[in-house]
Amino acid sequence: MSLLELNDVSTGYGHFQALFNINLRIEEGETHAVIGANGAGKSTLLRTICGLLRTEAEKVRFDGRPVGQLPPNKRVGLGISYVPEGRWVFPSLTVAENLMVGAHSRRTGMWTMDKVYELFPLLSRLRQRQAFSLSGGEQQALAIGRGLMSNPRLLLLDEVSLGLAPVVVEKIYEAMPAIIKSGTTVLLVEQDVGQAIRFADRITCMLEGRQVLEGSPKEISNEEIFAAYFGV
Amino acid sequence: MATPLKVERYTRASRIALPVVAAVIIAAATIPAWGSSSVIKQGVTFLTLVALGQMWNLLAGYGGLVSVGQQAFVGIGAYTLWVFSEKVGINPFFCVPIAGIVAALFAFPTAGLAFRLRGGYFAVGTWVIAEVYRLLVTLISWLGGGSGVSINSARGFSPTTRQAFVFWWALAVAVGSIALVYLILRSRRGVALTAIRDDEVGARSLGVNLTRSKLWVFVIAAFGTGATGAVIYLNLLRVGPEAGFSLQWSALMIFAVVIGGLGTIEGPILGAIIFFGLQQLLADYGTWYLIVLGAIAALVVVFAKKGLWGAIYRRWPADLLPVRRRLCLETVCFPEEAPPAQPPQYPIVQADNLSGEQPPAPSPGPGA
Amino acid sequence: MIWVNDIIQGILLGGLYALFAAGLSLVFGVMRLVNLAHGDFGVMAAYISLAIVGSLHVNPFYTILMVMVVMAIFGYAVQRGLLNFAMDAGPLQAILATFGIAIIIQNVLLERFTANSKGLDAGAIETAVIKLSNQVVIGWFPLVTAIVSVIVLLGLQFFLGRTRMGRAFRATADNQRAAQLMGIDNRHLYGMAMAFALTIVAIGGVFIGIRTTFNPSAGPMRLIFAYEAVIIGGLGSLWGTLVGGIILGVAQVLGDHAQQGWGILVGHLVFLALLAFRPQGLFAKQVQ
Repeated sequence: MSLLELNDVSTGYGHFQALFNINLRIEEGETHAVIGANGAGKSTLLRTICGLLRTEAEKVRFDGRPVGQLPPNKRVGLGISYVPEGRWVFPSLTVAENLMVGAHSRRTGMWTMDKVYELFPLLSRLRQRQAFSLSGGEQQALAIGRGLMSNPRLLLLDEVSLGLAPVVVEKIYEAMPAIIKSGTTVLLVEQDVGQAIRFADRITCMLEGRQVLEGSPKEISNEEIFAAYFGV
Repeated sequence: MATPLKVERYTRASRIALPVVAAVIIAAATIPAWGSSSVIKQGVTFLTLVALGQMWNLLAGYGGLVSVGQQAFVGIGAYTLWVFSEKVGINPFFCVPIAGIVAALFAFPTAGLAFRLRGGYFAVGTWVIAEVYRLLVTLISWLGGGSGVSINSARGFSPTTRQAFVFWWALAVAVGSIALVYLILRSRRGVALTAIRDDEVGARSLGVNLTRSKLWVFVIAAFGTGATGAVIYLNLLRVGPEAGFSLQWSALMIFAVVIGGLGTIEGPILGAIIFFGLQQLLADYGTWYLIVLGAIAALVVVFAKKGLWGAIYRRWPADLLPVRRRLCLETVCFPEEAPPAQPPQYPIVQADNLSGEQPPAPSPGPGA
Repeated sequence: MIWVNDIIQGILLGGLYALFAAGLSLVFGVMRLVNLAHGDFGVMAAYISLAIVGSLHVNPFYTILMVMVVMAIFGYAVQRGLLNFAMDAGPLQAILATFGIAIIIQNVLLERFTANSKGLDAGAIETAVIKLSNQVVIGWFPLVTAIVSVIVLLGLQFFLGRTRMGRAFRATADNQRAAQLMGIDNRHLYGMAMAFALTIVAIGGVFIGIRTTFNPSAGPMRLIFAYEAVIIGGLGSLWGTLVGGIILGVAQVLGDHAQQGWGILVGHLVFLALLAFRPQGLFAKQVQ
């Protein structure tokens, strides 16, 4: 049984359809990258998994359980944690408070505040700073740390590199090996293909709301990825 | 030569409705000739309720301005009537338009302050300003102070004549308010207002000047409400600050509009009928009608946003007073006459909720 | 010296307004809802106290705890039963739903308790005074009220700053969707926010019921004073709200002193003047 199963998911916003018949299996412990151009439906996919978008219950299964109808707050309790595109840190709360709120679901495990500060040393000296005063990279680190505080079985990372300088992106991705090593299953969405395939066991390429390519980065050539990415 | 595209506004239903409406108005106008005194009085109550409802609907339903301070303009209308008929000596029946104008003048400073607030804070802000007007009237002894004043000049007419004229004025403000809203909505500014109603951010991005549109709506609504206030007190003949500036006036208009259907012309008329009916039905039970209406309004606003008219419209779509524009090529029009409402394909979060941003705090700040 | 006395009375009165304002501002902060029934909830609390006093024959002070519990349950129920749905329907709909509730409360109280003014009799404390000089006299009861107000505000600050639920409130105020992604059940949280707000308003309602008489239509005035305190102080600032309440209280007392009966009007005018010249309030919290 896969940790996450998407069965023929089609969804969208109002009258606009953003996803067409998506089928996806993610195994426990796997790191899976979803790549694709702007508007390919990558973020919509993550939102469907974390519960910001709902579908029929059976279409999204987590650990065998139909969760498609559950609101995000219930899915966090089951172990799905979503680090949103645009970070969404709580601006008026301090870094420490952001992390405490991240642990609201009371799931226990290896991730604690100290562990998060160890993972992102840059955060530890900012503990008492309000989040709005942080730089983009610091906010992104905080968002990931906050997402880990619920000790998720599945961590959804949405466009971590968005709007950040390459050096900063590099710094944040330095944390990936430790997260993967902790046993957390990671599903990450990236426009930056290079970053995505560096850590991924498997990749899915999306184009205009459809899956166009899936496989291990070792088996897929750059040309194939290029073709799938741009739909040529 | 290409077949010309036409912009069509009339619908089949409206072609039937307009003569019917005209006939009803003419029939109603004869009521003072044959109706009993109490029928005429009730008629005035009902018609002024329609007018108040239309004006509040223009504000909230189209302008997005939820005011709970419209009693300010009812009171100002009433006191203008008194000042101009008693102190200036103008025939009280000529004071109705004057009351509207004075109320409209007061709307400018009111808007100047209240428009600094948004959303719910705007609502309470208008309320505070209405309170200020009430307190001023109470404290100014020239205006009769707390005990109120009588409109004696209207007593100079024979009761039958007076009632007939009051009724016709009530009919005039009711029909006039409907016509006014109808004409505004069909004007260029009306298109802007409908755009604001449907999508404020989108409307702004298309260059609709929100503040100016909203200011005009506010002033026009004050005009209509003030004139109606004068008619109401031509009927009642005695006004005090507590009654004239009572929150009940806002409750009246809000409930009528909300129950009937916010953001439609037909809705407030329907709402006024229901309001009036319940008021008569529960007449022997004190203020229970307000409790029942409050409960209905609170439920309707939550579970049937477009009110009763919206529910009827979904079932039997017919624009009696069409304000929509439709594009027609020969006999084919788009949108079709009253297309059945399509359920959204994906019953899920609205796209605009996904930004993760809270709506801008309706905090004090420039612009409405 | 008489002015000193007035200012002291105004400050004490302001504490009471801040108590009403704290609930209003909590609800607005957490769920962006302006509760038009806020004042009526306070009046309702006073009537509940009156009913308990009537059947148990106790001092109204002893009823406060019971009234708080009743109001908390009531608040949670109203929020989850109606207002959560109203907020789903839209911000305009939510305001109108609270207006409906306001009118219902006013008229139910009218039917049940008549339009006559009632008062809560707290006994000797109501007239006991501390005489600082011939002209400066502080009533024990207003003093106790102000102290209780400050304690409640301190408690609220502690709750928001130091507890798990308090943090959840602030997180939701910042970004409701993100809060949901942290496992915070917003519908329950909104219910709790309303319950807290009405608990605070219950205290204020009983105290103001002891201080002055009340009738079923007293609610709107309470709402307006609370609202003015919030706007004068600046949104989102608890201590700004206290200052706002004090400015309003002092303006009212001084206004009344200058010309009997003008106090409330002067309070409104001070509010409008601040709205005109400093619409963001005196202590608006700056968060980008």
